[in-house]
Amino acid sequence: MLSVQKISITLGSRNILCDVTLEMAKGAVVALLGPNGAGKTTLLRALNGSVPVASGEIKLDGRPLREFSRREIAKSIAIVAQENETKFPVTVSEFVLAGRFARGGAFGWETEEDVRAALEALRRCDLVDFETRVMNELSGGERQRVVLARAIATEAKILLLDEPTANLDLAHQAMMFRLIRERVKSENCSAVVITHDLNLAAEFADEILMLKHGAVFAYGVPDAVLNQKNIDEVYDVQVLLDENPASGKVRVTTIY
Amino acid sequence: MALAAALGLGLALGSERLSIFELTEQQRAILFDIRMPRVFLGACVGASLAVAGASLQALLRNPLAEPYLLGVSNGAALGTMLAFVFFESLGFARPVLAFAGAGVATFTVYQMARSRAGMNIERLVLSGVIVTTFLSSVIVLLTSVLDAARLRGFTFWLLGDLSQATYQGFYLTLVASLIGTAVLTSQARALNLMMIGERDALDFGVEVGRVRLIVFALASALVGTAVAASGSVGYVGLIVPHLVRLAIGSDNRLVVPFSAVSGAIFVVLADTVSRTVIAPRELPVGAITALIGAPVFIYLLRRN
Repeated sequence: MLSVQKISITLGSRNILCDVTLEMAKGAVVALLGPNGAGKTTLLRALNGSVPVASGEIKLDGRPLREFSRREIAKSIAIVAQENETKFPVTVSEFVLAGRFARGGAFGWETEEDVRAALEALRRCDLVDFETRVMNELSGGERQRVVLARAIATEAKILLLDEPTANLDLAHQAMMFRLIRERVKSENCSAVVITHDLNLAAEFADEILMLKHGAVFAYGVPDAVLNQKNIDEVYDVQVLLDENPASGKVRVTTIY
Repeated sequence: MALAAALGLGLALGSERLSIFELTEQQRAILFDIRMPRVFLGACVGASLAVAGASLQALLRNPLAEPYLLGVSNGAALGTMLAFVFFESLGFARPVLAFAGAGVATFTVYQMARSRAGMNIERLVLSGVIVTTFLSSVIVLLTSVLDAARLRGFTFWLLGDLSQATYQGFYLTLVASLIGTAVLTSQARALNLMMIGERDALDFGVEVGRVRLIVFALASALVGTAVAASGSVGYVGLIVPHLVRLAIGSDNRLVVPFSAVSGAIFVVLADTVSRTVIAPRELPVGAITALIGAPVFIYLLRRN
């Protein structure tokens, strides 16, 4: 599993992250909250080693992340990020099978196991019959689900998700979070999810890490982190807090 | 099979009509010493350029990337010309300097097109145009040292010309195109991810820097050997991979080898046309490929 010890990240002369510590437990979903520019995406990218840390250390299963090859990291950590359009007619199945790259030989073709994993991922993301569709012709929400399917198809034990619900309708937002949660519980995985939806975080996260100006502002279970004072100081908005009658979790309503 | 047919057609047709069964001594010489190396060289040049185009396109995530338009061909042309002017006695200097020139041009365009926001089509095409025109003017300056007879041959060669074909040039491009196609096909699965996005490729386990180096080096070698043998035959690397993708989709594990075969067919046919349309005179094959290629480029640019 991933453990993050006091990492700092600088870009040029700017400090993006400062002394962030995070311990990812098996079977837990961590929601990463914070206003725009707080350093959420940078932290997520550092977690899979694609942004170098200036100080501190990230360890994967007890070994420093920087000692791993890209292929080894990709076997353990899958990421779901905002996608750019591609200029080529890539099909959904080609896109999802690309997630199996780290598991195959660099020269070879996909195995039956790869195809099975890809089809299963598509099925779980409600994308049956999408295999031959071309990526550029999908709607934003459909693309987002394909990107999730690719991450699931990797069978990695750690999922990193950057606003996975940004383009999704209500039903698919719930589906996305249910899916992430189910996967984390049943496979004993762990996930870090960046979101701006405090209510989704309250419902689906086991822990919440709140970032402000690149530093950890609050870290703990949702009930403890999502309080008036924290939300006011991090987001600078007034909110109403009560209990969601359906789930018993904390519910956040913005006062405009 | 189509390749064999194209090769046969290329061998059979020409300004001198040959019958299959009865050849005079002179016709035999035409077939084996002139036409055969030329047709075979055309096939290898076509394969090299198409494979270089297909893999550069995937690497740069841009279906408009093309050795000729990116200035790679002109880099190789300048290298060849330097060898021609200064090291004429050294046989190996031409392909070696062509490779070096192609490599430097590729790297320069890549660095120019890169910005912090990433690389977009406009920047890439513009960088290619700038490098191409710059190299063209250096080439023109260098031509001033050539005498009139060499100048005409050189101008033809610049436009892409297979008439100087030798078996030696053929063997070199054959080896380059076979190795290049094989190695680039082996990187095709990584290229599939690069084609989606460089960050995606990194995230899903591709050693991006290594793949980039392999593709740049091999594309430069392919273009370098092709240009050293036959000048800048333009647009092959654009049209051929595009048609291949239309036919079989965008999986590079198929696109790269199919581009090799289709590129070979395309150049052999284009060269057959260039030898026969105004026979007994002939056109440079590059003029034929550009006549077909430029409209295709405009079409692709508009569709983007």
